[in-house]
Amino acid sequence: LLAACTRDAPQNFLHPVGPIAKKEDALWRIVFPIAAVIFVLVEGALVFAIFKFRERPGGEPAQFHGNTKLEVILTLIPSLLLAGVGVVTVRSLIDLSHKPTGDVLNVRVIAHQWWWEYRYPDDGVIAANELHIPVGRPVYFTLESQDVIHSFWVPKLGGKQDVVPGRQNHLTLIADRPGEYWGQCAEFCGLSHANMRLRVVAQPADQFAAWVSAQNQPAATPGAGLAAEGAKIFATGSWPKGACSGCHTVNGTTAQGQVGPNLTHFASRARFAGYIYDNNPENVAAWLNNPPERKPGSIMPRLGLSQDEINALVAYLESLK
Amino acid sequence: MSTAAILGKKRRLYERPASPQGVWGWLTTVDHKKIGILYGATALLFFLLGGVEALLIRLQLARPEGKLLLGTGPKAADLYNQLFTTHGVTMIFLVVMPLGAAFFNYMLPLMIGARDVAFPRLNAFSYWVFLSGGLFIYSSWFLGGGPDGGWFGYAPLSRPPFAHGHRMEFYALGLQILGIASIVAAANFIVTILNMRAPGMSLMRMPVFVWMTLVVSFLLLFAMPVIAVALFQLSFDSIFGANFFNARGGGDPILWQHLFWLFGHPEVYILVLPAMGIVSEVLPTFARKPLFGYSAVVFSGIAIGFMGWGVWAHHMFAVGLGPVANSAFAISTMFIAVPTGVKIFNWIGTLVKGQLRLKTPMLFSLGFVAMFIIGGLSGVTHATVPHDLQQTDTYYIVAHFHYVLFGGAMFGLFSGLYYWFPKITGRLMNEKLGKVHFWLTFIGFNLTFGPFHTLGLKGMPRRTYVYPAGMGWDFWNMVSTVGAFIIAVSVVVFIANFMRSRNHGEVAGADPWDGRTLEWTISSPPPEHNFDEIPVVRHRDEFWHRKYAHDRQGKLVPIPAGGSVSTEAHAGAPAHAGGHGIHMPSPSYWPLVAALGFPVLAYSAIFRALPLVFVGAVVLLTGLYGWVLEPVAEPSGGGH
Repeated sequence: LLAACTRDAPQNFLHPVGPIAKKEDALWRIVFPIAAVIFVLVEGALVFAIFKFRERPGGEPAQFHGNTKLEVILTLIPSLLLAGVGVVTVRSLIDLSHKPTGDVLNVRVIAHQWWWEYRYPDDGVIAANELHIPVGRPVYFTLESQDVIHSFWVPKLGGKQDVVPGRQNHLTLIADRPGEYWGQCAEFCGLSHANMRLRVVAQPADQFAAWVSAQNQPAATPGAGLAAEGAKIFATGSWPKGACSGCHTVNGTTAQGQVGPNLTHFASRARFAGYIYDNNPENVAAWLNNPPERKPGSIMPRLGLSQDEINALVAYLESLK
Repeated sequence: MSTAAILGKKRRLYERPASPQGVWGWLTTVDHKKIGILYGATALLFFLLGGVEALLIRLQLARPEGKLLLGTGPKAADLYNQLFTTHGVTMIFLVVMPLGAAFFNYMLPLMIGARDVAFPRLNAFSYWVFLSGGLFIYSSWFLGGGPDGGWFGYAPLSRPPFAHGHRMEFYALGLQILGIASIVAAANFIVTILNMRAPGMSLMRMPVFVWMTLVVSFLLLFAMPVIAVALFQLSFDSIFGANFFNARGGGDPILWQHLFWLFGHPEVYILVLPAMGIVSEVLPTFARKPLFGYSAVVFSGIAIGFMGWGVWAHHMFAVGLGPVANSAFAISTMFIAVPTGVKIFNWIGTLVKGQLRLKTPMLFSLGFVAMFIIGGLSGVTHATVPHDLQQTDTYYIVAHFHYVLFGGAMFGLFSGLYYWFPKITGRLMNEKLGKVHFWLTFIGFNLTFGPFHTLGLKGMPRRTYVYPAGMGWDFWNMVSTVGAFIIAVSVVVFIANFMRSRNHGEVAGADPWDGRTLEWTISSPPPEHNFDEIPVVRHRDEFWHRKYAHDRQGKLVPIPAGGSVSTEAHAGAPAHAGGHGIHMPSPSYWPLVAALGFPVLAYSAIFRALPLVFVGAVVLLTGLYGWVLEPVAEPSGGGH
């Protein structure tokens, strides 16, 4: 059933998956029924009063000004209810604020307009938009922004945390089941805020370890043909268009740019460009033709590449498994 | 007389206009009633603009991968960001606030038995500053684009290098101008309420609407300077390269959020308390019995005013303030729900055992109570911080504040419009069309904003111009768009009713609703001087007590001729019958002139045009000089 819900509404946080999200959801399961009961009682009283006391022929209403006892009681009841909800809230809040201990995976998240960069300091991996994590192990995020305020949010795994330039925020998430969890930037961050999406891929420990070691390999070097031509354009470019390497890094090559996503294992990612496009040759070609049109406001400019150059670059990029 | 004889008909430099008619009459008026009408008419025009923006937003979001605004590329995203920002700024600063101000202006002096506000020229100045601020903000659409950084303009997105052109400078400087208007008006209303009440009207005999005006005025007086500081800092960042909100320059983006919400949360109550005041007048009138728990309603309003200053960081639970701050603001937020709940109980208590006449103003007030309950309850769910980390910045929040500000504030203001329309125009709005308007609004409103709850809980973030298919959001977005167009139809019905009733509606007479407060004792529309004789107040709900007494069983007994209207000169007419010999403040050009200085100064900052600074300063100073130096009264024109 949960899986079905996940597929139907992948960001529905009323059906949480991870233990953090479930703890947060537990509060909702307390507050919502209380609110629902109050809603029915108060709206019921209002509607009842409207029907019961609507104008009828004969007589004027009694002129009374209040009822102190009743008013005091009706002030105390919500006060006590809210105090109760307050206690539960603060307890949950304190409980969730503890830094995880033990076997923790550290991930640095660097938010950019409009994509996510992930750095695994213990493993040396650098990834973009698609975040791989091991199942069952707490992931302790350190969140930094390269430009404006963003908000890192994976609803099925937990609430969001703003990413603020000039400070480091922290967030703990745990996935206790393998799966793909959807997320996106939740703080308005400019033109392509809607296109700043992400995906968390939670894998069993062995698969995660395999992913880490694959990501740690240097980039594939194409021998000859179209892909090799693309590698050359990528590294050196053609005047006046500049080289891809000015902005992008491909480990094991001369491309060491730091502006855009690290593309060493570009082809291993299911989607690209803020995780909005399926990673296939047609989409990559369309992207290279005009990035700011494909992802509004993209910092990567329209480079004026020829169709041949685009084909070569696509062949190279799709070889970066 | 001798001076006039010497000068003959030669105009003096600072002469006051002589009872001008037509357009000049409006431009130079210092009559609180005319200024109230100007505020209301301007706000309703901005309401239409904000509504069109909302419809465009809903069209774009009707379906996944929406293409209705300029395709799918950067133009669509860009236009969408301008639309939602301008929609928010418009509805908050140019619709709900000035509609409240319209009723403050028009009704406040009438309800406290005064002939005008304390500072009539300041009142005119406040309106013209407001109008110039609103037009200044909208002029951005023709000068490089409307504001596009969200109505709360989070830095650093709202400053270079991330802001687009001058758009957020228009926002910062425009809100600054509007803030001047608000502060000036607030000071005026506070002095008016405290000093100009009719004899016998003690504070605890004031109508609740007057009380809420007082609370709102104090909130404005203290909240607008806070946003003024923040806006100056933002403008300095933008125009002079300061670093208040630039983390790399040693500034802090979170400072903006603290300042903005320290203003922003009292602002929420600035928006909704006037509506609560209106509802507290309308419910007793149409239930034909006194407000249940008057003092509780008054004191809960004051409590909300105070507590509203201690909850601002609940807008910032996801910012990373830490568990201690988040706990404190969670608790304060929980408890601000208590005075709100008290008001709801008292309103329902007012209905109990009444004789409810379900006229249009009453329907809108009842709609207010019904919708505000929903907005209040969803508000409490936001205070559960850990779950708010899921809710915040989703459509669940958008649902909440539309239930509070549209279901709440706008319903209350519509109630006031229908309620006081006959007092202002002398004619009643058409009841049948009014009911059609109410039900279309009520249904359209719930269809539009009800689904936002579901969309938010299903994880739809706000401020996104596009969303993919397959998220479970398609159906409710379509419902919402349909609802928005139902609201649009209801507005058309309202406009038709409004325009027609103004000249052709049923003649109302002085007291069409069997009202309870002083404004119903005078003719509709009221004479320029409001009251022939300043009334003496002996009761709360003074007019009701003049009309009705209790018999031995506590039943209401009409007092013969108790409801007669004072301007209809009766036997033994007072000295001022018909208004002769009552000195009213003379019209003046100078508030308008002075107000025009502000947008000029703001344009000079936008375009970095130093010469324009001097033009603006000269206009402003000329206005202020004229204001100070003009004679107290209009020229006698040869005496009378």
